[in-house]
Amino acid sequence: MLRLARYLKHFKLHVSLGPACKLIEAIFELIVPLVMADIIDNGIATGDENIIWQGGLKLIIFAVCGLSFTLVCQYLASVASQGVGTLLRRDLYAHINTLSYREIDRLGTPALVTRIANDVNQVQTAVAMLIRLVIRAPFLVIGATVMAMTIDLKLSLIFFGCMIAIVAIMYPIMVITVKLFKRQQKSLDGISRITRENLSGVRVVRAFSRQEYEKQRFEETAEEYRKFALKAGRINALLNPAIFVVVNVAYLLIVYFGGSMVSVDGLTQGQVIALVNYMTQISLALVVVANLVTIFTKAAASSQRINEVFDTKPSVVGADSIPETDENAPAVEFRDVSFSYLDGEDAEKSLENVTFSLGKGEVLGIIGGTGSGKSTLVNLLARFYDATQGSVLINGADVKSFPDKELRRIIGIVPQKTELLSGTIRENMTMGRADITDERIYAALETAQAKEFTDNLEDGLDARILQGGKNFSGGQKQRLAIARAIAQSPEILILDDSSSALDYATDAALRKALRKLSMTCVIVSQRANSIRHADKIIVLDDGMVEGIGTHAQLLRECEVYREICLTQYTEQELLEQEKEG
Amino acid sequence: MAKKAKKGALLRILKYVKPQMWLVVIALICAAASVLLSLYTTVLIGDAVDCITDSGADFVAMTPILIQIAVIIPLVMIFQWLMYFCTNAITHKTVKMLRTDAFAQVQKIPLSYIDVNAHGDIISRVVNDVDAVSDGLLQGFQQLFTGIVTIVGTLCFMLSLNIEITLVVVLITPLSFAVAAVISKLCFNKFREQSQLKGELTGYIDEHIGGQKLVKAFGYEDSAQEQFDDINERLNVCGRRAQFYSALTNPCTRFVNSLVYAGVGVFGALRVVSSGGAFTVGALSCFLQYANQYTKPFNEISGVVTELQNAIASAGRIFELIDEKAESDDSDNYVLTSCDGKVELHDVSFSYIPEKPLIENLNLLVESGQHIAIVGPTGCGKTTLINLLMRFYDVVGGEIKVSGHPIKSLTRNSLRSNFGIVLQETWLFKGTVRENIAYGRPDAPLEDVIEAAKAAHAHSFIRRLPQGYDTVISDGGDLSQGQKQLLSIARVMLTLPPMLILDEATSSIDTRTEMRIQSAFDRMMKGRTSFVVAHRLSTIREADCILVMKSGHIVEQGNHTELMAKGGFYSQLINSRQENA
Repeated sequence: MLRLARYLKHFKLHVSLGPACKLIEAIFELIVPLVMADIIDNGIATGDENIIWQGGLKLIIFAVCGLSFTLVCQYLASVASQGVGTLLRRDLYAHINTLSYREIDRLGTPALVTRIANDVNQVQTAVAMLIRLVIRAPFLVIGATVMAMTIDLKLSLIFFGCMIAIVAIMYPIMVITVKLFKRQQKSLDGISRITRENLSGVRVVRAFSRQEYEKQRFEETAEEYRKFALKAGRINALLNPAIFVVVNVAYLLIVYFGGSMVSVDGLTQGQVIALVNYMTQISLALVVVANLVTIFTKAAASSQRINEVFDTKPSVVGADSIPETDENAPAVEFRDVSFSYLDGEDAEKSLENVTFSLGKGEVLGIIGGTGSGKSTLVNLLARFYDATQGSVLINGADVKSFPDKELRRIIGIVPQKTELLSGTIRENMTMGRADITDERIYAALETAQAKEFTDNLEDGLDARILQGGKNFSGGQKQRLAIARAIAQSPEILILDDSSSALDYATDAALRKALRKLSMTCVIVSQRANSIRHADKIIVLDDGMVEGIGTHAQLLRECEVYREICLTQYTEQELLEQEKEG
Repeated sequence: MAKKAKKGALLRILKYVKPQMWLVVIALICAAASVLLSLYTTVLIGDAVDCITDSGADFVAMTPILIQIAVIIPLVMIFQWLMYFCTNAITHKTVKMLRTDAFAQVQKIPLSYIDVNAHGDIISRVVNDVDAVSDGLLQGFQQLFTGIVTIVGTLCFMLSLNIEITLVVVLITPLSFAVAAVISKLCFNKFREQSQLKGELTGYIDEHIGGQKLVKAFGYEDSAQEQFDDINERLNVCGRRAQFYSALTNPCTRFVNSLVYAGVGVFGALRVVSSGGAFTVGALSCFLQYANQYTKPFNEISGVVTELQNAIASAGRIFELIDEKAESDDSDNYVLTSCDGKVELHDVSFSYIPEKPLIENLNLLVESGQHIAIVGPTGCGKTTLINLLMRFYDVVGGEIKVSGHPIKSLTRNSLRSNFGIVLQETWLFKGTVRENIAYGRPDAPLEDVIEAAKAAHAHSFIRRLPQGYDTVISDGGDLSQGQKQLLSIARVMLTLPPMLILDEATSSIDTRTEMRIQSAFDRMMKGRTSFVVAHRLSTIREADCILVMKSGHIVEQGNHTELMAKGGFYSQLINSRQENA
């Protein structure tokens, strides 16, 4: 939690002035009885109505002052705590934005969502309480103890003993509950995850009539949450009773030992009463402390979870400066690249010893079975992951030597899973880049064969896209995603099996249009048709390169390729194609 | 409107508490016992102190008192802890019921709601809003119970001393309540806005972290951060106000008390002066003391009332979800047990938006066991047709009959479980591979699961996963799109319902694997009515009947040879494939 204290730095004024105001208000409050005593002692005694009125006026002035100071404190507390929350959310989101695929996969979206939306709140509350209460309670406790010491050093030992006992009780309670609160928040991740899964998978859930099962699954997680919350609550609930016991035992000791010391050690009855009163003051302050402890414990648990995210460092980090590239170098080059999604020497490799190069303006086709490593290859090229072994070069420079921004500018990708963001079509096409004009968007839509339906939309480029693009059909979404990549006018365009939902006619028209752009193009596909005319085709099988060459070459030389093609063409067609090449 | 919603929400929360009435009663008893006993300890300590005189302590009189205190201390501790124990139990039980009810509603709301609303907002209701209710209830109960007991106790004590004074004090207290009422109104609206904003923020994070790969691929981080900051800042401003308003209650009610105190002091003092001894100084100071003591718990309660506003505002959002119109009740409908697979569509029309008709006057007769292929350009209504068959959406006009029964007269679950469906968009939940495959038949033995996986040609890649069938997978994870599709197919292979719907089921699977799966599909489809949306010619060619759709209408119908001979839209679609090859 202390690590997050750095956020308070931005609110130095609030954090210092707030408690100060609270303190001033407390002082005003203490003066009130004195004024009232003045009214009674002087006003009534002399019968002077003026003194009474003056006293009344003073009381009102003090009340107004007290109110003003508290309001200032409350205001500062609100600004600072919400401010800390806001900054924390901002930084968390910014940090998540730096993470690469590997870390996002590991942490999982629901857990990140709860951290930003829920855990930050706990920290926020703690900050508010810190400013409002934290100075007053310890101030009272320490003040009362010091006063006790001035009365009698020996008896003040009881006060010290009392404080040690309370710390001894609070500490283990805090340690245990922090763990429980953490697990409680973790079940909240689960609740969030199941809700999320059920929203995105609503069709499957209902198609299989599994609503009851899902309810049960949810109820189990909700029950788990309840159990941890109860357990944490029960242990946490020990705080107040324990404080009560300690304080009252202290009363007993003060009265007993005080009693036996009266007359013997020159202690007076009044002094014993004063000690009892100081203990009362401490007990009142401790009730507040118990509350604070609960809030801080929760905040500590949440802070740990937040720090877990901050501690997750991106495995892929871009370079700071643009590397020197070689005009004559191939656009893309893989040198003996291997990759595994899992860590460790003997982990299953998704890609093994891949070597190839692709000249500028050339088209590369990648084909292979499901799970053969096609998408992995593309992910390495776009540097969403780093190769476990070997190197990937773009324009003659290692991908690792590019800054993120530069790499994104060079590479445009249409991911396999079509994702559109909620917003307008224009927003989805520009992706935040101001230099993409409407003309460029229209041209991209045209190339992507999307213009035919976007033209029919009433609002044109301002037409809304719902979350996940739900108001567009699968094929329309794919075409929008393709247009989006083209609109960025990248040097290298990657289509990761992104025409699977297109019918043949549209797919063919798309390829024709793409050829006109003369970009370096990497096309991943299941359809031999889509990559047939590529300058170079890589055939992958189980992460290994089975063959590299043109369609005709591969038909002759690569068994796997031939098999793939046989499922899509007749024997006769293949023979003709072989000859053409 | 807001007021009505507010009252309604509070009453409804109380309804959730009702089943635990006995716990509430125990909590109240414990609160009463612990408050009264601890008040009594204070009296006893006073008595013990009285045994001390400046000449020494009277231990004979003091010892029994001290023993009494020693006995009471653990009692108070137990009662206090029990009180917390009960309020904890009440709160978390209530919260769990609220959460499961909200989730149960998610299972019932029509897809039109889920498709259109941001998922993150719904998640925020189930996660964060319920959390806010939990916090409010916990605090509310604990402070309310002790507060009520303290007020009642003090009231009795005061009545026993002086009825007149008590009445005056009681008449004054509503003032602070009035102030609290005004403030809580302010708070409620702000808290409502705040939880709406939290929903919006969660929606944003959910979408953009869920689509993080896209954000990265397009270097969209900066724009995303900007948009996030915008919502974050609005939340900051709103949260600041909400928190400040709620923090006003305590100082403001205390201010009112101070004014009352000053007024009573001044007028009381004037009265003493003018009455010439009828109203004594002693009576005045007594009056003042009680006024002070009596108002304190009221301040605390009014503080809780504002804190509760947050809970009520959040509860309102939860109830909004729970009250969302569910799919019409179908529990009395006919349960379709034996289905011959005959499907009829009479004059079916449908549109997502009333102004834009999508499907009009669609007629279709499918005999049992027929294989229907649906083809047509993207966006022509293929997926919509499936939505209607599965009753994910209800037809606007006309009627669909399955096995001779209008589908509106059947229970949705029995209708849907007669369809096996593989959707274009795959869905996996976090769980083992085995659980994901056995989704439709959770009790299926492992052999059957493996059998299904083999038929779907998923077995070989599953076997290579780190823990085979027990590997935990999730929607984000490392599986390729094609592998996910294979699992979705295996899921249906395991259930074998009488009718099948395959919506682009093999779009991400390589053609060799697809060919092999096709044979399994063929075996499975034998004797089963099936609807297949596909682009691949091989799949289409085999169909008994091909529906050629274009903008919501069936333009052609017939088998491959017939349609090719006809030379219409279908033959154009097919020929475009050859031309562009």
